[in-house]
Amino acid sequence: MTALAERITGLVGALRAHGVRIGTGETVDAARALEALGLADRERLREGLAAALLHGPGQRAVFDPVFDLYFPRGVGGPDGAATDREALRDRLAQALAADDRALMAQLAAEAVDGLGGYGSSPGSDGWSAYQTLDRLRPQTLLARVQADVRGGEGSGGGFADRLLDDEIRRRIEAFRRMVGADARRRVAERRGPDEIARRGVVPTADRVDFLFANRDQLAELRRTVQPLARKLATRLAARRRRAARGTVDLRRTLRSSLSTGGVPMRPVLRRRRPVRPELVLLCDASGSVSGFSDFTMLLVQALHDQFSKVRVFAFVNRLDEVTGLLDHGRADPGGLGARIRAEATLTGWHGSSDYGVALGEFAERYGEAVGPRTTVFVLGDARTNMGDPNLAAVRDLARRARRVYWLNPEPRAQWGTGDSAAPAYAELAEMHECRTARQLGALIARLLPV
Amino acid sequence: MFTSVDDVSARLAETGYLASPAVATTVFLADRLGKPLLVEGPAGVGKTELAKAVAQVAGARLVRLQCYEGVDESRALYEWNHAKQLLRISAGRDESWDETRTDIFSEEFLLPRPLLTAIRGEEPTVLLIDETDKADVEMEGLLLEVLSDFQITVPELGTVTATRRPFVVLTSNAGRELSEALRRRCLFLHIGFPEEELERRIVRLKVPGLGAALTESVVRVVGALRAMDLRKAPSVAETVDWARTLLALGAGTLDETVVRDSLGVILKHQDDIQKAAAKLDLDAL
Repeated sequence: MTALAERITGLVGALRAHGVRIGTGETVDAARALEALGLADRERLREGLAAALLHGPGQRAVFDPVFDLYFPRGVGGPDGAATDREALRDRLAQALAADDRALMAQLAAEAVDGLGGYGSSPGSDGWSAYQTLDRLRPQTLLARVQADVRGGEGSGGGFADRLLDDEIRRRIEAFRRMVGADARRRVAERRGPDEIARRGVVPTADRVDFLFANRDQLAELRRTVQPLARKLATRLAARRRRAARGTVDLRRTLRSSLSTGGVPMRPVLRRRRPVRPELVLLCDASGSVSGFSDFTMLLVQALHDQFSKVRVFAFVNRLDEVTGLLDHGRADPGGLGARIRAEATLTGWHGSSDYGVALGEFAERYGEAVGPRTTVFVLGDARTNMGDPNLAAVRDLARRARRVYWLNPEPRAQWGTGDSAAPAYAELAEMHECRTARQLGALIARLLPV
Repeated sequence: MFTSVDDVSARLAETGYLASPAVATTVFLADRLGKPLLVEGPAGVGKTELAKAVAQVAGARLVRLQCYEGVDESRALYEWNHAKQLLRISAGRDESWDETRTDIFSEEFLLPRPLLTAIRGEEPTVLLIDETDKADVEMEGLLLEVLSDFQITVPELGTVTATRRPFVVLTSNAGRELSEALRRRCLFLHIGFPEEELERRIVRLKVPGLGAALTESVVRVVGALRAMDLRKAPSVAETVDWARTLLALGAGTLDETVVRDSLGVILKHQDDIQKAAAKLDLDAL
């Protein structure tokens, strides 16, 4: 039992390292769940531990691979498996056609065993999912599987068959994930699960660096916009309630104290006029930071009812207003970036970003958008491609706006390296490092005006 | 209440609730560990149905607290019956004040609301706290005592502790983030959209008249729609509705016209319908 207890605590430790908050009570619950369920059925154990340890659906993406490492499906490779690549492909095609998950998992194990090993000395060898998939090329089986399914049983043809392509693609994707999981399992056998669980498991979407997020992660992030916006709206409302209470109005307190003989029995509080602030967003839409900008634009749009006016501008080296493109209901979040680049004039002579020119153009064409009630957010990495940073424009902006904040998706250590004008801008506008959705959420909750 | 996970699935199936392995396992654990069960998931996947099915299986009474914005102590826990207290005071004119005072704050004048009812019940009880996310944050604080210790403190009476622990199910649509304190007291279960195989069985169970081939096509189309990144992905309830519609229309197989005409049953937004029609190669609507 002690070995099992150690497994559980190891699992909990790895989950905590990924930012899942688990208390001792939950760990005890997990152990009790393990006791009640036994080790006979692995999938049940997985569900049971997930129920005891997790608090939200988003954490499942981290939990599953970590669970696979601490409660592996088996030890070592499959015995006596044929490692012939063509034979493997044949059997995989059949498994995909039949959508047989168990067989696919077994084939994934065989594939990693036969095709994924590299290195020979004990220190440097391992198992690579990348190498396995590169040699096996499951994606090239698409046409063959299609023919198999269509020809095989003749499933009535009909309407649903037009969905076949996508279905098979999803199956192949599932197989790729299985290969990845199995390669991790084999490596973990060699180096211990703790290290692999900390390094080899992809973090949850809200902790992924904007600059390095891949397409799937960005899509995942877009799905978190609405829940995050709701959370932020609650927090803003709470801040607004607190702020509305206001400070003591000395003049009126003294005036009212006259009726009690000059003793201020009841302090009079200054009432704040409920003013919904205005927001202006300047977003760098160039390739390097567009993931960050798109996400922030969607988030601000989702929060639009918290403000009297939201205006959004995008730029690369020319600047254009894109507020209309973000309209509610119309926004297809996935295609937002492409639409902005297609419909707005963002580039002039060349395609690389130029902050100086874009900021200058903003001051010139949309100067009236900024007034004393406006809070301005500039989103971008402040990399000017060696152009003039046009500090005068930012200084002017900071003078006219209520506040100017700059959110920079680069790590603070890289500010000022190469062509980054971040330190110069940071002197004029408050600059914050904003690398992940989690950081962005915290910053927005703190910085947004109430 | 249950002897094994298989027992849970089998007995839930008898009532017409087909549970996925995750649901069965978690229900079994909630019963075994005596912890409340927090169920989250999109609308229409059967969160409330689960509680009803468990109540039916266990032969338990279902006590339901429907949460809404502004639900408070007097709606959820208990209330003193003021009218009756006044009557009691005016009826006993000759008594001393002390007697009256101790008498009017006794059990007789207490109006139990769902939470207190569930705690005090002698018979097996399933307590369903529905749409917890609709209630205010203050309400969550009220729930904490009930969920962790299964007791309620009434200042005038003392603490009422459950003689028999109810099986508690909380549901949430994630309209608001529930507090960490509430979450840690519960087992967490996320019911997502079911696997294809399970959904086929659900459709077969709910709409037995539909042919096997058509059932399969329906489930496949719905699966494809869910992968499409729509504003509101169709849920199990919509799948069943669609199957019923097709049965009523007397459609033998799925074809373009049938799908185009009945797409409104599964998709509830005009943009979604247009998008789905484009992806499924239907003609323009």
